[in-house]
Formats: sequence, C-alpha cells, structure tokens
Amino acid sequence: MNDISTTVDSTHPMISMSGVEKWYGAFQALRNINISVEKGEKIVLCGPSGSGKSTLIRCINHLESYQKGVIRVGGIVLGHQAKTIDAVRREVGMVFQQFNLFPHLTVLENCMLAPLRALRLGKEEAEARARQLLERVKIAEQADKYPAQLSGGQQQRVAIARALCMRPQVMLFDEPTSALDPEMVKEVLDTMIGLAEEGMTMICVTHEMGFARQVADRVIFMATGAIVEEAPPAEFFSNPKHERTRKFLGEILGH
Amino acid sequence: MNYTLDFTPVVEGLPSLLTACLGTFALAICGMLLATVIGIGGVVLRQSKIAPLRWLIISFVELIRNTPFLVQIFFIYFALPLTGIRLDPTPTAIIALGINGGAYAIEIIRGGVQSIPKGQMEAGLALGLHKGQVFRLIILKPALKAIFPSLTSQFVLLTLTTSIASAISAYELTSVSQRIESDSFRSFEVYFTVTIFYLVISWLMMRLFALFSARYFAYPVK
Repeated sequence: MNDISTTVDSTHPMISMSGVEKWYGAFQALRNINISVEKGEKIVLCGPSGSGKSTLIRCINHLESYQKGVIRVGGIVLGHQAKTIDAVRREVGMVFQQFNLFPHLTVLENCMLAPLRALRLGKEEAEARARQLLERVKIAEQADKYPAQLSGGQQQRVAIARALCMRPQVMLFDEPTSALDPEMVKEVLDTMIGLAEEGMTMICVTHEMGFARQVADRVIFMATGAIVEEAPPAEFFSNPKHERTRKFLGEILGH
Repeated sequence: MNYTLDFTPVVEGLPSLLTACLGTFALAICGMLLATVIGIGGVVLRQSKIAPLRWLIISFVELIRNTPFLVQIFFIYFALPLTGIRLDPTPTAIIALGINGGAYAIEIIRGGVQSIPKGQMEAGLALGLHKGQVFRLIILKPALKAIFPSLTSQFVLLTLTTSIASAISAYELTSVSQRIESDSFRSFEVYFTVTIFYLVISWLMMRLFALFSARYFAYPVK
C-alpha cells in the first residue's frame, strides 16, 4: 500500500496538472493539459465555448473525472479514491455560473452548511465564520433572507462567501458573471478583485477581459480542448502569438 | 317508493362510527409514514451504484403498481401465515397500505429528485459534502416541495383505500359501518352517513397536508 497524502504541502505548486486528457466517449474534451499554478497566483482561463475551460477547472475538484495524467493540489495527488477527492474539495472552493445556492436554506444557513457538516465545526464557530465572510462580500444584512429574495449579483456574492467559509487554499470561478444582468457584473467582479488583492490563489474562467487585465498574473487561452497560448495579460492582449488567439480576441474585443 | 328514512340505528351507532373514524385516521397516518419511509428509501436504492439493488426496487414498484390492493392485503393476511408470518388485521392493513403507497411514492419522489438541477448536487460536492449528505441536506427538501401536490393526492387516495382493509376486518370506518348495516338493514342511512364521514376525513387530510406544506416548505422560490 502506498501512502496517500491528504494534507497540503507548501513545497509544491498550489495546483499542477500534467498530461491531463479527458474524453466523453469518442469526443476528446481535454488534450495534454499542463498547468502549474503557484500559491497566490491568479489565472484567467478563456476561449470559445466548447473549448474545455469549464471542464478543465471542474477536473481540479473532481466534479469531472479524467482518463489520463496527474492533477496535484498542494501535495495531494488527486486520485479517484474518495479520500483524496474529499481532501482536495476541502481545499478548493468553487463558484458556479448559476450560483447554485440552496433555495431552502437562508443565506446564513447556506454558508454554515458545509463548515458544520464537512468540517464538523461547532454551530457558534460556523455562524461566526459565516457572518464574517458575508460581511466581507458586503451582504451581511441579508443573512436571514432566502436566495430567491436576492438579486443575481447578491446571490453570486453569497456563493463566494459560502465557498470561502471552508477556508479554501484555492478558488475556482466558472464563468461567475455570465448569468448576471449587466448592472450586477461589477459588484461580483469587485468582490473577486478584493479576494485577489488579499492573495487568494484563483483560477477564473471568464470573458471579462477588463478583470483579466487588472488582476491576472497569466491568461491562458484554450481551443478545442488544448491550451493554445499562455502569457501575462499585457503581452496576451497586445501581442497574441497564435492566429486562433487573435481571432478570439478580435471577436470578443471587437465591438 | 315508499321507503321511510330511519336514522335511529345510525344515531345509536354514532359513538362507534366516530371511534371507527379515528381508526381510519390512524391506519392512514401509519400507512403514510411507512409509505414515506419506503418512498425515500426506495429512491435512494433506486439510484444505487449496485445494479441488483436498482433492479430490486424497479421490480418492487412494478409488482405493487400492477396488482390489486385487495390481493396484496389478502396475500399478507392469508398467504404469509403459511410461511410463519402471522399478523393481526390492523398491522396487516398498515403494512399493506405502506407498501402500496410506498411503491407509488417512490415514483413520485423520484420525479421530484430528477427535477432538481444538477448544479445543486455539484455545489454540495464542491463544498466537501458526501453524496449521502448532499441528498439528505440539499436535494431532498426541494424535491419533496416540488412533488408535494402529487404526494398529497396519492396520500388522500391511500386514506380512502383504508376502507379495503374492511375485507380482513381491520378496525376502521367501513367495517364498523358494515356491522351496523347488517344489524339494522338501514343500508341507505348507514352508507350515506359513512360517505359524509369519508368526505370529512379526506378534507381534513388535505388541510393537514396544506398546513404541513405551509410550515415546512415555506421558503420562497423564483
């Protein structure tokens, strides 16, 4: 029996993916993905729809399985065993396009559920933590409301607070502003920028190129399941190397 | 027609009819509780990774939904004693009602679970909860809320089905009224009264479900 590490180890990169490949039947969704993300780094992942960017980040917390390659989060090798998957999920927070708040729980209860049940914190500690993080996303006064009573932007900020309540080492954002009305995008991006400034390790799938310019250390461009180009934002936007990247940037920035 | 209505036997039998109503109510409530346990448990097993467990539930649902309740209750009451399982009429009725209602509840609740967006399960898993916790803490309540009207009508039906338990003389309204009717031959008066009683019982049951729903499923949805 080899020993399976389930604690984060600071000598490794925060996240590394090497040679990751994924198929849905005959369709290859990810091709030879190699990424290394250091602690505190902010990565923006972009690309046309169907390019595999959501699939990629969903592999990091094993919402999707993959057939080849190795993913490490901290020192933990994300195997397919429940034990390592659980360990990784406790370290990795995720924010979804559709918010996915639990409709039958209040904002406060949404934030307390996982700390109570997955971390087995006491009620007082979980509540204190939840209130503190709701404060941080500037929504503390809505703690006793239900998700359906909030606007989209408010819901997404609650979803961010809910993920932060697990004190994750890494945050994954899967198109967090795509389902929002335009006037609500800013409040969510501001929350994400605040998080970035505090040094959170982040991987964001987003088409918000302003956000990418402002906070990303690197922008990764994907197409047809492969990483095409990877560069700091200044270089990525001013001097894209690949034709595919230029075409994509032309389409999203060209109006 | 020169039939003269005479409610005297009904009036004299009123105390026993009213207690029999309680019997019916008790049978129905116990049957529903059992049906709910079978329904939720069945849905969990129906989604199991272990194929034989899924087949077991599918077969159970098919068997129960495609055979008459009267035969099911006779089977438990008259056939099972041959295997050494001997039950009194009332426990027999509760078990038969629970099994029958449970088979329908499995299909209804399963529909509710399937109506919950996949993102709810994913959000729970991403937060480090186990599959069982996700089902129990995140999926179940919204799923039950979604199908509660269907479950209510299924359970009102179950309440009325308790009358079939009179075939094995379980203590409930229909068997007690049959006794009064056969003593007095006042069929019209007896069954007229019993009809009203069932109507009231059904209505009470629906009120009970509405109250439960207003309390337990009060959270707003978009």
